[in-house]
Amino acid sequence: MSDMSVHAAVHGAPTSFIRKYVFSLDHKIIGLQYYALALVAVVTGMVLSWIMRVHLVWPNAPIPGLGALAKVGAPGGVVTPEYYLQLMTMHGTLMVFFVLTNAPFAAFGNYFLPIQIGAEDMAFPRFNMMSFWTTFVAFCILISAFFVGDGPPLSGWTGYAPLSAVGKDAGPGQGIGQSLWGISIFVFCIASLLGSLNFIATTLDLRTKGMTLSRMPIVTWAWFITSCIALLAFAVLMPACLLLILDRVTGTSFFIPAGLNVGDHIQPHQGGSPLLWQHLFWFFGHPEVYIAILPAIGIVSHILICNMRKNMLSHRVLIYCMMAIGFLSYMVWGHHMFLSGMNPFSALVFSFPTLMITIPATIMTLIWLGSLYGSNLRINSASLFCLGFISMFVSGGVSGFFLAQPSIDIYLHATYFVVGHFHMVMGVAAIMGVFAGTYFWFPKMTGRMMNETLGRWHFFLTLIGTYAIFMPFHYLGLAGNVRRYSAFQDDFLVPLIPVHKFITYAALFTGAAQLIFIANLVYSRFKGPQASPNPWECTSLEWSTPSSPPPFDNFGGQHPVVHHDPYQYGVKSSTGDYIMQTSPGPGAAS
Amino acid sequence: MATILHPPQTEVERGRQLENNGAGGGFRNLAPEGGNLRRVKDPSGEPTRTGIWVGMAAIAMSFAALTSALYVREGSGYADWTHISLPPILWFNTLSLVLSSIALERARHRVATFMRGQEGTRSVPMLWLNATMLLGLVFVVGQYFAWLKLRSEGLYLPTNPNSSFFYVLTGVHVVHVLGGLGGLSRVMLKFRSATNPLRRSTLDTTSYYWHFMGLLWVYLLFILWLKL
Repeated sequence: MSDMSVHAAVHGAPTSFIRKYVFSLDHKIIGLQYYALALVAVVTGMVLSWIMRVHLVWPNAPIPGLGALAKVGAPGGVVTPEYYLQLMTMHGTLMVFFVLTNAPFAAFGNYFLPIQIGAEDMAFPRFNMMSFWTTFVAFCILISAFFVGDGPPLSGWTGYAPLSAVGKDAGPGQGIGQSLWGISIFVFCIASLLGSLNFIATTLDLRTKGMTLSRMPIVTWAWFITSCIALLAFAVLMPACLLLILDRVTGTSFFIPAGLNVGDHIQPHQGGSPLLWQHLFWFFGHPEVYIAILPAIGIVSHILICNMRKNMLSHRVLIYCMMAIGFLSYMVWGHHMFLSGMNPFSALVFSFPTLMITIPATIMTLIWLGSLYGSNLRINSASLFCLGFISMFVSGGVSGFFLAQPSIDIYLHATYFVVGHFHMVMGVAAIMGVFAGTYFWFPKMTGRMMNETLGRWHFFLTLIGTYAIFMPFHYLGLAGNVRRYSAFQDDFLVPLIPVHKFITYAALFTGAAQLIFIANLVYSRFKGPQASPNPWECTSLEWSTPSSPPPFDNFGGQHPVVHHDPYQYGVKSSTGDYIMQTSPGPGAAS
Repeated sequence: MATILHPPQTEVERGRQLENNGAGGGFRNLAPEGGNLRRVKDPSGEPTRTGIWVGMAAIAMSFAALTSALYVREGSGYADWTHISLPPILWFNTLSLVLSSIALERARHRVATFMRGQEGTRSVPMLWLNATMLLGLVFVVGQYFAWLKLRSEGLYLPTNPNSSFFYVLTGVHVVHVLGGLGGLSRVMLKFRSATNPLRRSTLDTTSYYWHFMGLLWVYLLFILWLKL
């Protein structure tokens, strides 16, 4: 691959409002659109989780306004057990697909990947626009499930067959709601494939002069690796969704076994394999975890390096670790199926690579900690959230050791231990990365600074709050608390209700603390102090643009030339202790 | 902030850079040398090539998933996996798709000849492009007749897993072939257009995709023959 980039024939400057802000071809606007969509999705998903948490500890308490939205599911505002599962399904689907995939990968990746490699735009701007609007359509289809028939589906974000395949006999929401879910995910797959294709082609072909692959920032690498993972993962989920829809609509039997009695009806299907759905789904589902976390790993590493004013102990090893994780992610899907009835020997086979993933993950953690040790870290909201990310990544990751072992998983499977594990390591950790990225790149995206005091309050309340919510989940799981129950009436569960009450209070508190972030975001967008061109004294190309936000072609009709590895900190230069990638000054490495 | 930015490349520089890239095979810009017909810059050549390979990887992955689904479904332990005889027209369809690939290669060669100024008119290249399109359409119609044949035997999509996989695999493939036919139409429109001229990368990537559709079909036919 030549380091002489070939620039795409990019679009001209947009002239109308529609072209500039709605059907925009500009990767920066598309990135912001993804961010806004993720914000709407995360608020919706969080409100759903609040309703679930309140219902869990006060099962008969009416939720104000809910009765009007769900007359069947929540008569008088009191959530029925079925509606609890419907809320849970929508919470999971919204968070995994429309938040954890969109925010760290599609939103920030769209905005900053082309700038960080010195390109004017994505390789295929029209595909990029289509990608966002297809995602938006998928979102609308999913949300519409709240307002049709008997509401959204109740089969969980994993849509396990045959529950998801047999139709309305399986319960409320399993009719049209589940069909809408399947169509939504199918459409989302198309959008993600288009987006991944764009990311890969852009990274490989639109790098500016001097921007060799090894000179790309870690976060650019993270988005690139993630797009490779997403390309292959969503390419599998899409046909899986097609088969599911065919089972539901045309009466095929891919996933539905013979003689299945659901809702007092023998289902008119035969010979299908419920395990087939799990295989196909988790072949996507486990890489999806890394689609969420790898961009956050990249964002956090990028920001930490800038704030440590020195490179990581080895940023190349970090990149190799991300590649190793991406590679291994395709070999471990069976660890979600230890208790599915799969051959026990398969469990052993899947356990081994699962445990192997801990090796690159541990190496990365040691590199972060080793680099932080003795560094003069600049403390700000972004770097604090990076520390929060590492903390959450380790705390959530450690429980993975337990779950990766089939013999221990027999006990912990489908308990709150699992819920605590993935919420911490995949959910909260990735969100911490998104927060870090927001505080860090906000000056570039808007030309204004976010309020630092509010940012720190937001960090500490979020860190304490999320630990208060999710650490007790592990204890609940160890005590045998099964997930997906809508109320706790069994003898062994009743004593755990006080713990659940504590978690509910913590969830309400932590959710409310996010209002600080949203207020900060809105206030700073309009009233924040003007940001200097490079407020963090960072070296990568996004801080070389002529303005903040950058012009439509990013570098004002010019192409930057790159002279250095991305992280030249701790060196003497005329500007301070750093040398921009575009500066031909001293300190050039390789 | 010490940043050095260089001015944008001139068109001449860009053209030279592309000529030197090596992947163009001597006629990267689809214009007769020195002719006034058109002088087409192809700055987006490489991303388009990368994009089509990446796209084909994703499509291959989807069909790999469907193949694995077929194997798992066959081994699900329920005795409903029955043999269906493939409609004979599939062999004719296969032949037309293979011939369409050969026609497209001829078309590509003749377009190159035309663009080098060694061929006076567009008619011969267009003939080959039309032949490709026609053979592609014959394949699609032929697949439709194959479905009709199955229906006449009482084999519908949900009848048994074999018929389900037959319709799914051939249907998803035909959808992708229709995408290829759309790409071919685009090539033909651009080839005839004076204002929106054909880029070499467009022609190349369309032909890669089309050949990939052919290879994919041969693979699918093998799977259908082997398992159904």
